[in-house]
Amino acid sequence: MKPASFSYVRPNSWPEALKLVAAGARPGAGTQSLGPLLNLRLAQPDTIADLRHLPDYAGVAVEGGVVRIGAGTTHAAIEDGAVPGRVGEIMAGVARGIAYRPVRNRGTIGGSLAHADPAADWVAVLPALGGAAVALGPRGERRIASAGFVKGIFETELAADELLRAVEVPVLPAEARWGHWKFCRKVGEFSKATACFLALPGKAPRAVLAALDWPPLVIEDASMLAKDPVAEAARIVTAFPELGAWRRALAETALRRAVERAGGA
Amino acid sequence: MTAEQGGLGVGASLRRKEDARFLHGRGRFVGDITRPGMLEVAFLRSPVAHAKLRSVTKPAGAEKSVFTLADLPGVQTIRANSALPGFRVSEQPALAKGKLRHVGEAIAACVAETRAEAEDLAGACVLDYEALPAVHDMLAAPLPTSPLVHEAWSMNAFLETRRDDDVSGLDAIAVAKVTRTLRTSRQCMAPIEGRGVLAEWDPRLEQMIVTTSTQMPHVTKTGLADCLGLDEGQVRIVSPDVGGGFGYKGILLPEEIVCASLAMQLGRPVRWLEDRYEQLTASANCREHHYVITAWADREGKLLGVECEATVDAGAYSSYPFGACLEAAQVGSILPGPYILPLLRCHTISACTNKPPILPYRGVARTGVCYAMETTLDALARKLGISAEAIRLANLVPPNAMPYRNLVGKVFDSGDYPESLRRAVAAFDLDTIRARQARGEVVGFGLATFCEQGAHGTSVYHAWGIPFVPGFEQAHVRLSPDGVLEVRVGVHSHGQGMETTLAQVAHEILGVHPDKVRVVHGDTALTPYSTGTWGSRAMVMAGGAVAEACRQLAERVGAIGAALLQVAATDVEVIGGMVRRRDNDGAVSIADVARTWYRAPQNLPPGVNKGGLEVTAGYRPDPDTGTHSYACHAAVVRVDTETGAVVIEDYLIVEDGGKLVNPMIVDGQVLGGLAQGIGTALYEEMPYDAAGQPLAATLADYLLPGTSDVPDVRLDHMETLSPWTTFGQKGIGESGAIGPPGAIVNAINDALAPLGAEVTDLPASPPRVLAAIQAAQAARR
Repeated sequence: MKPASFSYVRPNSWPEALKLVAAGARPGAGTQSLGPLLNLRLAQPDTIADLRHLPDYAGVAVEGGVVRIGAGTTHAAIEDGAVPGRVGEIMAGVARGIAYRPVRNRGTIGGSLAHADPAADWVAVLPALGGAAVALGPRGERRIASAGFVKGIFETELAADELLRAVEVPVLPAEARWGHWKFCRKVGEFSKATACFLALPGKAPRAVLAALDWPPLVIEDASMLAKDPVAEAARIVTAFPELGAWRRALAETALRRAVERAGGA
Repeated sequence: MTAEQGGLGVGASLRRKEDARFLHGRGRFVGDITRPGMLEVAFLRSPVAHAKLRSVTKPAGAEKSVFTLADLPGVQTIRANSALPGFRVSEQPALAKGKLRHVGEAIAACVAETRAEAEDLAGACVLDYEALPAVHDMLAAPLPTSPLVHEAWSMNAFLETRRDDDVSGLDAIAVAKVTRTLRTSRQCMAPIEGRGVLAEWDPRLEQMIVTTSTQMPHVTKTGLADCLGLDEGQVRIVSPDVGGGFGYKGILLPEEIVCASLAMQLGRPVRWLEDRYEQLTASANCREHHYVITAWADREGKLLGVECEATVDAGAYSSYPFGACLEAAQVGSILPGPYILPLLRCHTISACTNKPPILPYRGVARTGVCYAMETTLDALARKLGISAEAIRLANLVPPNAMPYRNLVGKVFDSGDYPESLRRAVAAFDLDTIRARQARGEVVGFGLATFCEQGAHGTSVYHAWGIPFVPGFEQAHVRLSPDGVLEVRVGVHSHGQGMETTLAQVAHEILGVHPDKVRVVHGDTALTPYSTGTWGSRAMVMAGGAVAEACRQLAERVGAIGAALLQVAATDVEVIGGMVRRRDNDGAVSIADVARTWYRAPQNLPPGVNKGGLEVTAGYRPDPDTGTHSYACHAAVVRVDTETGAVVIEDYLIVEDGGKLVNPMIVDGQVLGGLAQGIGTALYEEMPYDAAGQPLAATLADYLLPGTSDVPDVRLDHMETLSPWTTFGQKGIGESGAIGPPGAIVNAINDALAPLGAEVTDLPASPPRVLAAIQAAQAARR
């Protein structure tokens, strides 16, 4: 289990990094997913561009009601409170449940999102929080709504010559009610079903159902789920007809418990 | 005397001497060892379960770096025969020979300066094969419709065994009868350190030196010499620090043979380190039992008889030395457990399939058999409306029957089995659990009782006819001129703490401080022959041998000391590190005796102790039918009926291992075994698809219990001495891994009983538990 030969390049500027990616280099961040794929030779890139030394790759800034989180911000930093306010509290809770602390010490929010493993935590949680992924390409930055960023299994809206620069989440009011539940066979394992539920005052609640070997399902108006969790969860899960009995039960349970953790309707 | 009271010998919870190097990262494993000019090996392995192998095309320009069996002249196939009648012999080639019989079977060895380059070579080889249908289902394997794994055989079975007590009359007299179909999954042993081999030819000694991660260096030496066509003096096995064995390192590996052959041929050291992918998909297979079991009982729950049809998936080959039948062929003898069983009808099949060979794993056979018996007993109890405790008390062998010979001829040496059960049950507040159940909480209480035969010797293994039969265990003790005692043993310590416990034994006999006792193991050049560390045997066998060698050394030391004290040898005793006159009028230390004998012999009368201060002694208990430690495991679990998830709320083990040489180390052994037993019960499963492909290729798919998944456990020890061993000690190394599946699934089934649901298959994973609940719901509709 040793990787096939590859070139390792460490770009020091964003234009340099973009040039490498456009030329086919595989971007690497915390490499907590890429590393095992390399060792198993499931990924055999010619070149890996290590993004970790780019300026402002990690870090959090708040401006105009939006929290901008550098793609290179580690799960551990988020767990330890790097993101301020109510949304930071929510994200810290999610980060605490990602794999194990050694993985969180290196793994990054941007790396995880761009990798787009359907079972990954941010893939499920960011669409629920709203906001956007910030892509950087040759023509500058563009914003892609988090809800549609992951479009397939290991597949995102990022173009081949783009890098994920940051993720943006909205500043949330203290009254924001949040519920998140996932099922892992054991501590640190990937989820087999994840659901998130966010209710903001005066707005229809939003829900996400994820980790079902498919991109996350975003329910923009989850009012029905809040009102009748049992029936509505069962109805929502029919969107995944290929699920076996156990995963279906998990998915329904996830939705119900996410609502429950948010304090119900 | 305990360590707290200042004792250092047998019974003291001495801190482990070896931990200083392990905890400071100074342990030395095969992967830490390199040699100048060393080459690394990667194996090209079969991608398919069953095929005719037509050819291997080596990468152009690298033909001399890729070796198939044809490139290893003189290498013999591995044959682990059994003397059991009807046994079919498999020929396991070191590298595939014309046929591929399981995914992961080694086909070619690729050699390069680095492992990554060796893997490049393996990836560049081209295989030509004709795929055959895979034999993946052990129940279908023996049927005439199955393709043959070994063409010369008449059916896909290594062995069938039968015991045919007449149970036909039991239906008429029994008050309760239950039948269950039960299954345990195929597992992969997962020591943190995988296998590893470093082979080098020493031209001066004309000796093949193989540094390998093994539990049994001497047996490996014998097997390797056989397969390489060398005499045993030309093979030296070094087993350095070993990061967990559990049985996986009690096997002669094809990779060991290949590496040794390559090192001879290339004249350079050659190393192979197993990676986790190989370990999971190619090698470390174990367990996988299927049972159809029927039990009959009277009104009180007393067993009238058991009938059992057991199948074990033994994989494609009979591994050396324990063979393909070590699980199935023992089912019949283990099934009665610690109970009085009047009748047993049992048929077993060691099925041959296109999977890696089944290997011994801590608990060997007993984990599955205990699971079958304990869940069946609970099913009987539920049917009779009596408690799990009551049905066990009705059947456990009572202490006044000890030593007890059961219907299959096993002899239990000593113990109070019912008391272990009573103590376990008394440690729980069952009323509270029942009250919670009455409130609708899905919680349950489960028990498993069992005994563990350990340290069984010649009389038991002779009947199996495996390639070696353990006899006398040897130990060598050597007193140095400075009074330091070297203890050399052929067993290997890889987690058992024997560098400490054997020093405690030596201290017990001679009084030399354990700090001044050096236990040497893991090198066939330095230690006496031994069949190695397995079968919960080392503390009984090597412990007994060290004690015997120390006693014989004490006689010699006493004779010298008596000469120095100017009295007759009969007037002194060796005690507390001193030779003392029995009249207390003078003493001389063992260190002074040693210094005088080696360095100042002029101070001794001529002719004192011609035999020297090194002694090799053999030991074997009499009788050698084995010690029986025993235990009661008890669990409280909570089941999430919406997900099938199980949480262990509480776990208790009452255990009797006879005299505990080091109680703290025994606790560690029991806890480690428990973690593995929880893996069997709830997590570990290596599924194979219909093409014979293993479906769990990484530890993200093959789930091992982690620290967060193993509960704080309560341990309680009883101490009933074995009448047959040196200090009354009993083998107990595997015990912790035997009870958990039975206790945990019984607790799950107790929790699910109000729902009418019952789990039958291991692991009791969330999908299985939920399926059982949903099936019960469907049946009620």
